[in-house]
Amino acid sequence: MDPILELKDICLSYHSMEGEIPALSHISFTVEKGEFVALVGPSGCGKSTILNLIAGLITPEGGSVLLEGKPAQESDLYVGYMLQKDHLFEWRTLWQNVMLGLEIQKKVTPERKARVMQLLEDYGLGGFRDVRPSQLSGGMRQRAALIRTLALDPAFLLLDEPFSALDYQTRLKVSDDIGTIIRREQRTALLVTHDISEAISMADRVIILTAGPARIQKEVPIRLSVSERTPMSSRSAPEFKTYFNEIWKELNTDAQA
Amino acid sequence: MPKLSTQENYIRSQKRTRRIITLARLALFLAFLGLWEFAADTGMIDSFIFSSPSRIAETFVSMWKKEALGLQIGVTLLETLASFFLVTGLSLASAVLLWLCPRLSQVLEPYLVVLNSLPKSALAPLLIVWLGANMRTIIVAGMSVAIFGSVISLYTGFQEISPDKLKLIYTLGGTRRHALLKVILPASIPYLLSNMKVNIGLCLVGVIIGEFIGARQGLGYLIIYGSQVFKLHMVMMSIVILCVIAMALYQTINLLEKYYLKKL
Repeated sequence: MDPILELKDICLSYHSMEGEIPALSHISFTVEKGEFVALVGPSGCGKSTILNLIAGLITPEGGSVLLEGKPAQESDLYVGYMLQKDHLFEWRTLWQNVMLGLEIQKKVTPERKARVMQLLEDYGLGGFRDVRPSQLSGGMRQRAALIRTLALDPAFLLLDEPFSALDYQTRLKVSDDIGTIIRREQRTALLVTHDISEAISMADRVIILTAGPARIQKEVPIRLSVSERTPMSSRSAPEFKTYFNEIWKELNTDAQA
Repeated sequence: MPKLSTQENYIRSQKRTRRIITLARLALFLAFLGLWEFAADTGMIDSFIFSSPSRIAETFVSMWKKEALGLQIGVTLLETLASFFLVTGLSLASAVLLWLCPRLSQVLEPYLVVLNSLPKSALAPLLIVWLGANMRTIIVAGMSVAIFGSVISLYTGFQEISPDKLKLIYTLGGTRRHALLKVILPASIPYLLSNMKVNIGLCLVGVIIGEFIGARQGLGYLIIYGSQVFKLHMVMMSIVILCVIAMALYQTINLLEKYYLKKL
């Protein structure tokens, strides 16, 4: 069976009147169904650009993005995308916010409404349907943003540093929540981050990118000996430190080169 | 006497401050009227050219009864409201059009800037010649003062909305139309309301300019006519009425804005 996502030899440059800046150089990797993959790399190395490509917001100059073996444009798979900030709209209630995607795609049905309601209940937002986003905590807002994405039943999720706008305490809590939700809902996910611990704690596999133009430096499969794996429990696994050092070293050899 | 908590003390002092400010405003107003009346009565100022509060009030009552002052006020109010609603509608439509066609907005930008900085009173004589001395001309004069600035500020408001909010719409499978309807327009309501507060005042300015030049009715006409025949009580009274109208219109939109922000 074809992998759910395959990037083949992707190349892309940024253009401006001052000249051309190569951003991605020959990026190839695959993500299998049910896998959680993290992309790490220095800030500004083009990680978010890769997500924009997969979501179809921009097109590559070379190479191709395949979803279940079909070119992304022809595929009818829906790719969910979680942005850095939650962007919940203040003029909508929580319920109207999580229904935004279904509303845009004209897919509001009683069954889907019930499913979204169930998701809100399951993840502690059941009682906040009619509340404005400003009355919710940072963690609740991120969970709401995830549910807004899950409402469209995405084939897989793109996460673009979705915790970077939160303070450290909330960040640990929310990444634990979100990681657990994604595993429980058995979603495939691709997370972009510059936080090594976050990548190891959440992902099955970490792909290390070099600074611009981004190339793939190394892929590290993460195998942790913890009984029930959640982002929080992963952090106390004995192998955690070894992986951290390995990825840290990889990121830095590149910086010195 | 029971001891007050710090919170109660705080509320008391806040309320007292507010009362003092209201009283001071009222006192200033009354002192001004009193001084004016006194100076006019004792001959410190010439009441023929500076008028006085009592004479303004007398003029108001007699003109209301004999010379259909209500109609004059009504005409100015109607013209102002008509140009205000037209400006609000047209500038919103133009700003949306500019947002939908970024090329068009780039082409038109210098023209909008020039038209916005042009003193619109310079156009009024032309409008009279082109459109005739009638109510339509006055309404267009009122619109001309507000519309260009209104288009520019609304369009700028649209552009200041975070591009990530639009990106969210596209990631949810939306189109540019969705971006407009679900993000740009609802996010711009606060801009629109503050824009309306500016417009209502500018429309009144434009309407008065128009009435100065080409009207047979309205407060602007009364001011020009009164100054030409030296009925300065009438001029002063018209100005006072304009103050009241300006304040009432502004406050109406201010309340609307407060109501909206509270509802949010």
